[in-house]
Amino acid sequence: MQSHVQNSTASDAEQTYFDMFSLPRKLTIDTTALERDFYKLSRQLHPDLYARKSAEEQAWSLRQSSLLNDAYRTLKDPVARTAYLLKLEGIRMEDENTENQDRHAKQNRVPADLLEEVFELNMQLEEMRANLKMGEDDPALRGDLERAQVQFKAMLASVDEDLGRAWAAWDAAMDANDDAARGKQKDAMVVMLDRRSYLRNLLREVYGVLTSQGVVGEKANI
Amino acid sequence: MAETETARVVGIDLGTTNSLVAFMQGDQPQVIPGDDGSRLVPSVVAIPAAGKERVLVGNRARSVLLNTPDRAVYSVKRLMGRGVDDITDELKLFPFRLAGDIQPGEVLRIEVGGQQYTPPEISAYILRQLKQNAERYFGAPVTQAVITVPAYFNDAQRQATKDAGRMAGLEVLRLVNEPTAAALAYGLDRQKDGIIAVYDLGGGTFDISILKLHEGIFEVIATNGDTHLGGDDLDNLLLAIALDEIETEEKIDARQQPELVQALRNAVIDAKIALSANDSTRMEVALPNGQHYRREITRAQFQQLIEPILQRTAEPCRQALRDAGLTPADIGEVVLVGGSTRIPRVQQLVSELFELPARGKKPHTELNPDEVVALGAAVQANILAGGSAATEEMLLLDVTPLSLGIESLGGAVAKIIQRNSTIPASATEHFTTGVDGQTNVAIHVLQGERELAKDCRSLARFDLKGIPPMTAGLPRIEVKFLIDANGLLHVSAVEARSGKQAEIAVKPTYGLTDEQVESMILESFDNAEADFQERQLIEARNEASTILSAVEKAPHHPAWQQLTEEERTKISELVTELEILRDAGDLDSLRRGTEALDQATRHFAELMMDATVSSALRGETMDTADAKIGEGPAAPHPIAPADFR
Repeated sequence: MQSHVQNSTASDAEQTYFDMFSLPRKLTIDTTALERDFYKLSRQLHPDLYARKSAEEQAWSLRQSSLLNDAYRTLKDPVARTAYLLKLEGIRMEDENTENQDRHAKQNRVPADLLEEVFELNMQLEEMRANLKMGEDDPALRGDLERAQVQFKAMLASVDEDLGRAWAAWDAAMDANDDAARGKQKDAMVVMLDRRSYLRNLLREVYGVLTSQGVVGEKANI
Repeated sequence: MAETETARVVGIDLGTTNSLVAFMQGDQPQVIPGDDGSRLVPSVVAIPAAGKERVLVGNRARSVLLNTPDRAVYSVKRLMGRGVDDITDELKLFPFRLAGDIQPGEVLRIEVGGQQYTPPEISAYILRQLKQNAERYFGAPVTQAVITVPAYFNDAQRQATKDAGRMAGLEVLRLVNEPTAAALAYGLDRQKDGIIAVYDLGGGTFDISILKLHEGIFEVIATNGDTHLGGDDLDNLLLAIALDEIETEEKIDARQQPELVQALRNAVIDAKIALSANDSTRMEVALPNGQHYRREITRAQFQQLIEPILQRTAEPCRQALRDAGLTPADIGEVVLVGGSTRIPRVQQLVSELFELPARGKKPHTELNPDEVVALGAAVQANILAGGSAATEEMLLLDVTPLSLGIESLGGAVAKIIQRNSTIPASATEHFTTGVDGQTNVAIHVLQGERELAKDCRSLARFDLKGIPPMTAGLPRIEVKFLIDANGLLHVSAVEARSGKQAEIAVKPTYGLTDEQVESMILESFDNAEADFQERQLIEARNEASTILSAVEKAPHHPAWQQLTEEERTKISELVTELEILRDAGDLDSLRRGTEALDQATRHFAELMMDATVSSALRGETMDTADAKIGEGPAAPHPIAPADFR
């Protein structure tokens, strides 16, 4: 680890991921073209090309190529792309992995229509964990969890469908320069991303319990 | 020669068991042999008694290892960037003698020859040997290198490797991941687009990398591995059996006898190697009581024994596939790297994991698995030096193997850069204060995949200082985390409201500070009077070789005929004399001989200048006129590159 306290210039901060690829702030992106442009820009910005240049040019290349990589990673994934766009639009998204202080509070905020199912699922998960700790496995309980898994997966798929429609609607509103329509889609997408992230965490938990082989924890190292 | 010197960047594979240095010769990477003709330099360092003979590296150190094991250090790569609490398992199996007073979180110190050395210092001796081998080969200084590291190395292990380079007098232009380097070496020959997997099982580390090749771009999509899994572990299994058997049958506690352990270790390594070619082998080691330990091992027994260890490579392969979003059938080619992939069962396991037989494929073993990483490092070195026709289109886009996170309330980890992100990569996080007037914020940076900070690798603790006193929650400290193309983390911070740079005090865990590294460079020079003498001799020999090769070409130049018979005879006498002096070991007479030949050819150099360029260049000597004499080898090298395959 090295500490380099350095000034990040204003122009870097203002360049968005969309700017990096000269793209409009739209949510439908041709990922094949994105990849092609990523390779093309990499050939211009990567630090390998600046190994014999001045320290200033090297620092510039490092900033630019990290921005390029961050931009490509975010834009190629439609969900990350949406979260990023909403952030640009002034909405502070608590995405899945960052802003941890709020993460647990966020996780506990159950979407209202799911309260009942989630309550039941949590009971089952708890019971399953207790069983596993004792080295037991209740097939009936396992069956319940597997059914819940299917159910929540279907909900996730349905959110993704909603998202797909919202992207198209956002892009149309961009083309039409319709601020009201954009605002509406923005709000809708915030709810969808929250719900999606909630469902994913839940599914991760269920998957974890279902695939656990009894003792949860570190595998013995030889 | 000034331009070629800056472009002479070498590629170094700093391995657990063996190390190599390579260079791009024209459009092909070549391994540079040592003065004993050996292409592999065993990663063994022997430290003599204080103030006595010089430090030995490689094959010479290995003989010390057999006779006086407590004076030699090997497999030091296992200790790079690690703390005393990480290596309790290693210590059971490796005779590392650590200083007794190391605190948790401190850099390790190894006791050898009555002195203490950190792992980067030991590695620096190996690197310096490789540097000298290259200098001897080129007849010119080498100051820049690309060094390979296991893809799964964390920040501390990478930084330790870079520090070692600096201690050895090398500017490390890039740390390249070993499997990626191997892919470069393979890709050089067949520029074919597609998805490849590199399975790298070396002496002490295991890596799996999945790459996408597209028009010269080598994009790593996923990498995984285990930095403590390799051929050493196989040796240790066999060794433990031998030690137990000797104890039961002969009542000898061999573990307390380093020489015997070392002899047994060599025997099991030989047995392991033999079993890759034969169905069975015999071990025989003399015991101190006059008896012999004799043992027959069949390949089937060996395979059964090592299977659990080999199986530990399977899960990282599956995880890498999952991370890449691919199935085994998507992998077009699998490349095998590392000496341990010579084991038939390893090749079989890889074939199974990637479902190769079903698709009529076999893993690639065309390039020597011991050399391919160094060759790839040479390719990357060439790219960084400005490239050549062979590497013009090549660009490597690598990833960070481990997620980067910061500790949040309750000891959980908030991931800010996910594993397998293309590097350079960055993340910006905002922090604030919890108490009115608070001027410090502590940040704990971690690397790893686990949920809790205590299960991840601590990289550093920082204190953001000098925050202007404000109401709690009002300061907005923006911290930028940036992982560079070497996989090394850089951190910068700014208080957004005041625009003030926040001061960062970094306390690297298991790392050396800049000042410590600096002092170790000096110390190694202080302790290396003998090394310095030899170095001077090497440089003097190089100088002699340069002038000799120039004079060799002289008779082809028309100016040669303008010399008197006397002058020509004098020159050829001095040439013969200098050739003898060059092979002898006396520095002063060698320098005098070079000077004499330089003087004797001064007239010739002048005539040559007159004839070709202008008289303004008068005063030039043979040495500098060399470049104008015409075609010849790019640089003199006393031993042509050998091929021992």
